[in-house]
Amino acid sequence: MLQFIQRFFGKPPSSATAKERLRLVLLSDHLSLAPDVVEALKHDLIEVISRYLDVDVPHCDVTFEQREKEIAMLANIPILGVHPRPMPPPPAPYAAGPGPAAAQTSVAVADPAPPAAPKPAKPKANGAVNGHRPARRKRRKGMTSGTTAPATT
Amino acid sequence: MHEMVHEEAPAQSAVPRERGRAIVVTSGKGGVGKTTTTANVGAALAAGGASVVLVDADVGLRNLDIVLGLEARVRHHVLDVLENKVTLDDALVTDKRVPSLRLLAAAQTREKDDVDTVAFRDLISSLRDRFDYVLIDCPAGIEKGFVNAIAGADEAIVVCTPEVSAVRDADRVVGLLGDNRSIKLIINRLRPALVRKGKMLSVDDVNGILRLSLLGVVAEAPDVIVSTNRGEPVALDAASPVGEAYRQIAQRISGTLTAPPEVPREPTFFEKLFGSAK
Repeated sequence: MLQFIQRFFGKPPSSATAKERLRLVLLSDHLSLAPDVVEALKHDLIEVISRYLDVDVPHCDVTFEQREKEIAMLANIPILGVHPRPMPPPPAPYAAGPGPAAAQTSVAVADPAPPAAPKPAKPKANGAVNGHRPARRKRRKGMTSGTTAPATT
Repeated sequence: MHEMVHEEAPAQSAVPRERGRAIVVTSGKGGVGKTTTTANVGAALAAGGASVVLVDADVGLRNLDIVLGLEARVRHHVLDVLENKVTLDDALVTDKRVPSLRLLAAAQTREKDDVDTVAFRDLISSLRDRFDYVLIDCPAGIEKGFVNAIAGADEAIVVCTPEVSAVRDADRVVGLLGDNRSIKLIINRLRPALVRKGKMLSVDDVNGILRLSLLGVVAEAPDVIVSTNRGEPVALDAASPVGEAYRQIAQRISGTLTAPPEVPREPTFFEKLFGSAK
């Protein structure tokens, strides 16, 4: 009877809960990153982008997704406009660094599979970062920047 | 009951033959059915005509002899062989029901750290010269016992139950087994009725994550408990559906069965009524 009531009120079946818990725990295992480190990564990522673009911080969403062979980091960062102040110079490692491969290995381990194609920016972003045109303030869904980072499975 | 183990002829073929296959049965998590799987897959392979040796790598917690019903006939164990106290033939126990099935028991009163990894690997290698299949029953965990058990195996069977913890551990073990081993999956203790009601992870849920080649799915069944009580591998019970699942797994390993595994169905009303007479 209790089960019937629970089903009636839409409580998800426990296998679905198990599946979701498994998904999350394996993401954490594969990234070899503790949840608070992931939070710090999200914070820093948004902070860096904020140096160049006016970002809708409360609506930023950075998640990880298990793909066929790798883990993808998906960043949905609504852009409100370009910063009025000039772009800061790139940090030193940007010019002299060992290349993009090294940046990837810091996320996690070795899977030779090619990274998934980056999610293209949605065209409906309406050119918000195109030069001088100021973006509308109120828009919830700004330009979507998709980032993928290969990691181990 | 008093015959000596070494009186029985070793399983050797007269003609030169290819080296046998060394397959480790592992899981990470304990209690998912590694030992039962090793015993039944080994018994089914042997009943199908292959020469098979089962090696219990769970030193200190040996159980494979119990599941096979051979515990009363174990005189020597794997460490006796590794330490040259007895010959290999002295330590191998021959199964009376299936004479091409042998057991090399683990030491019960020793520790996993007592086993030298290189020596154990060499032992597995020498067994491959004599048997078609060397099945290694891996201990739970990922420490020394696991390292020893996988050292000589170029194939692995991962046993996993439809539980979050078992899948997580299986995923970890797959990573530790590396890319150089063929890794296949057996999903054990599935309860079809619970899957249908959304109360248990399904075969697709589990293998959607592990993404391994599926050797078979074994349902949770009273037959397995009964057969373990008696020390008679259920794979040798021609009437048991679970035994049939193990026989099909053995046929997939040997390559005589290529059809993909079936997911166990729920017992019918009449099977429920009459199926529990054992």
